[in-house]
Amino acid sequence: IMASTKASKEQKYDRQLRLWGDHGQETLENAHVCLINATATGTEILKNLVLPGIGAFTIVDGHTVTGEDAGNNFFLSKDSIGKVCVAGSFHFLPTALTCLRLGSVLWSASVPFLVCKTYGLIGYMRLVVQEHTVIESHPDNALEDLRLDQPYAEFQNHIKSYDLDSMEKKDHSHTPWIIIVAKYLEKWLSEHNGQPPKNYKEKEAFRQLIREGIRKNENGVPEDEENFEEAIKNVNTALNPTKIPSAVEDLFNSEQCKNITAQSPCFWVMLRAVKEFVHNEGNGSLPVRGTIPDMIADSQKFINLQNVYREKAMQDAAAVSKHVESLLQSVGKVWPESIPEKDIKLFCKNASFLRVVRCRSLAEEYSVDTVNKDEITSCMDSPDSEMVFYLMLRAVDRFYQQHSRYPGVYNYQVEEDISKLKACVNSLLQEYSLNVNIKDDYIHEFFCIFGRYICSNLLLCFILGSAAQEAIKIISHQFVPFNNTFIYNAMSQTSATLRL
Amino acid sequence: VLFFSSREKKRRRIEDLTEKMAVDSGHRDGGCDWDGRWNHVKKFLERPGPFTHPDFEPSTESLQFLLETCKILVIGAGGLGCELLKNLALSGFRLIHVVDMDTIDPSNLNRQFLFRPNDVGRPKADVAADFINSRVPGCKVVPHFKKIQDCDESFYRQFHIIVCGLDSIIARRWMNGMLISLLSYEDGVLDPSSIIPLIDGGTEGFKGNARVILPGMTACIDCTLELYPPQINFPMCTIASMPRLPEHCIEYARILQWPKEKPFGETSLDGDNPEHIQWVFERSKERAAEFNITGVTYRLTQGVVKRIIPAVASTNAVIAAACATEVFKIATSAYIPLNNYMVFNDVDGLYTYTFEAERKENCSACSQVPQDLQFPPSAKLQEVLEYLTENASLQMKSPAITTTLEGKNKTLYLQSVKSIEERTRPNLCKTLKELGLSDGQELAVADITTPQTVLFKLNFTA
Repeated sequence: IMASTKASKEQKYDRQLRLWGDHGQETLENAHVCLINATATGTEILKNLVLPGIGAFTIVDGHTVTGEDAGNNFFLSKDSIGKVCVAGSFHFLPTALTCLRLGSVLWSASVPFLVCKTYGLIGYMRLVVQEHTVIESHPDNALEDLRLDQPYAEFQNHIKSYDLDSMEKKDHSHTPWIIIVAKYLEKWLSEHNGQPPKNYKEKEAFRQLIREGIRKNENGVPEDEENFEEAIKNVNTALNPTKIPSAVEDLFNSEQCKNITAQSPCFWVMLRAVKEFVHNEGNGSLPVRGTIPDMIADSQKFINLQNVYREKAMQDAAAVSKHVESLLQSVGKVWPESIPEKDIKLFCKNASFLRVVRCRSLAEEYSVDTVNKDEITSCMDSPDSEMVFYLMLRAVDRFYQQHSRYPGVYNYQVEEDISKLKACVNSLLQEYSLNVNIKDDYIHEFFCIFGRYICSNLLLCFILGSAAQEAIKIISHQFVPFNNTFIYNAMSQTSATLRL
Repeated sequence: VLFFSSREKKRRRIEDLTEKMAVDSGHRDGGCDWDGRWNHVKKFLERPGPFTHPDFEPSTESLQFLLETCKILVIGAGGLGCELLKNLALSGFRLIHVVDMDTIDPSNLNRQFLFRPNDVGRPKADVAADFINSRVPGCKVVPHFKKIQDCDESFYRQFHIIVCGLDSIIARRWMNGMLISLLSYEDGVLDPSSIIPLIDGGTEGFKGNARVILPGMTACIDCTLELYPPQINFPMCTIASMPRLPEHCIEYARILQWPKEKPFGETSLDGDNPEHIQWVFERSKERAAEFNITGVTYRLTQGVVKRIIPAVASTNAVIAAACATEVFKIATSAYIPLNNYMVFNDVDGLYTYTFEAERKENCSACSQVPQDLQFPPSAKLQEVLEYLTENASLQMKSPAITTTLEGKNKTLYLQSVKSIEERTRPNLCKTLKELGLSDGQELAVADITTPQTVLFKLNFTA
């Protein structure tokens, strides 16, 4: 029975396992998500988390189900009208006050908190997490780690083993472009005082140099050598200097990296170990990644070249492991039990792509002393910025606090509420000393008309699908979460990420 | 452009509306509705605002139209389709048809939430319709377990809006072509009532897009064909003699070994048959071992053979929401629709980009202008065929070329019927002149990417 469950899970989750792997899936199955407010907003996210296999849920909600909830909420049927949604004695309302209280509790407990609100045709998400580390960020356009500008010893030896001029035509045409570029780069360096091609003119000349290396037939006409064409096409990539990304340098310089203690999470221990590697065996560079792109070549040449990179990567990872071991020993822990070797290998492979997301707390966002005035005012300089919706949501919260209801719920209130809401907007801007202008149109339209639309979030499943994926990112530590406020405007189908 | 207001709306003054209470008891259709059921939908339709559509007139008639008259066609009952059906049903649409030619597979269950493990093997359209009809009282989803190509003009003509959740560019292009063929022109002017808006959604892993197409008016699928680069297949010489990646080994087993060894008799390779995949997996491993290539796994084998695209629930939820929003906007004319293309990516944070895709002046699908074919009379028909398949703006799959010679219809080349292929194959080596074609000759080309033939005009070059 176990085997068949495992097999059926593999089948069911096949399409997503190809994105985050079995290890990623395991984190989801071991996760426990607490969902507060089972309004349509909450349960739609629930569906999006149950489907990919989140292990456990606790749902907290105190609302009595109304007719509107039943229509809106896909998971409630007509029969649940009048019944309490979930067994719980809380009365959570999605106000700022509640979020702030909850936010500070979760911040102290280091529990990631994701707030979702939908209001008419505006969606809002706020991520609150102190420190979220990502090893597997899976960047869309990663630069290759070829080391052509600083070939390590084994790579140099491998390049030496090729003599392009004396090769048979068949071998010449099936030599990997990396070798070709390496050979011609050697030539160039010897003719240019050890200086690689730097500007467009020089790179063009370098391309021409390679082109001249194409074999010619007895009539002097260049043969068809696709591998050389590949080399020429890839000159820019090949000449990318090997560099530690600034994001990674910043991580090296952070406090958590500098002060390794017995409580340090594995991420920081491994990062520190990589830093030690960089300053020693690495000669200023990160561990070799060990992968190369596919390229025109015969099987043997390609595999041999690939192995040169793979073996170097293994060597570098082993050196990093040594540093991990001594770091752990220095804080009284044992290796490899604390940090398995395969984790170190994965870390090294992703060394260029490491990310740490730190979100400001809600307290910081809301406090007059620490409000991010710069972000707000600079966004408001652009006429179409989504920032205005953030400010309006804040103003509406203020309205709720003062009047215990949302603006414009009843048609007869609309006129009155417009001026009340305007007053809230003004007091908000004043309190935070925000010198920005909000057009009357926004005040009039959104929050009076939209006042009644608090529950009409079907059209905002967009936000709820997004939220589920952000939660999955947090749980799996794969892919990078947003930081820290996401606003979606369903009217224009535009969005923005704000740092508040 | 407003499509439905002229049919459905009456003028009302805002003062009338301000007398109404939040819970509207004026809803006439008792039936299976209960108080407050459509409040959330009503809210959108009953008040004007500075950002509503300039032609929008608020009224309760909008809700009536939505509930009683508006007919929507959902194409695909898979990842996007399930979400779309749910969204539309809960937004008030009651007359929904859904077309899907597939049956349910276990790998669908991580996102196609209208299906349960018991449903595996059953037609997606049927199960989806059953689920919605039983959960949303009053909603009538009519399923069609068939290919889109099996439905005719009269079928498509009955819908107000069509929304696609397809996983194939060929199918999209066909649908696009069908709606274009329904357009009617009077004295060269497009009749707006013949336009059926097409909302098209697509997803792949963490990426997706949603677009609004008004056939004959805005950019169509073929106008932006370059946005869908052709699928790259590995070169045969790599597969046959120079494998480097585990994928090459798998393709070797699939393309070369299977037809040769016929391990299961005359049956062609079925990616859904675990026995077939197992066979390919084992042969691939052997080949990989020969060349010292690592990395062949069962999962990779399946992925390559079936050309699997990874998929998660969240991306489908997001894109379906965007599409449903557009259906709602257009059906109610309450807000200006997306103009006209949005892309979404949540690999790193969340990113959207919205832009207006432009119509192509000489689009082979919607420009109504015969396509230009420039070739010297000495060019062989083979070259024309290659052009039709390889050109980025055409990307035809297996075009059939016919023309009129001496008053009679003549097939120059057709691939899909074996006997005709054999008969017309010699034409490929003949020059256009030898085939009797003249300058300005019209060629009609049929292909699976379009329901109508595409007209080409031959322009002889020097």
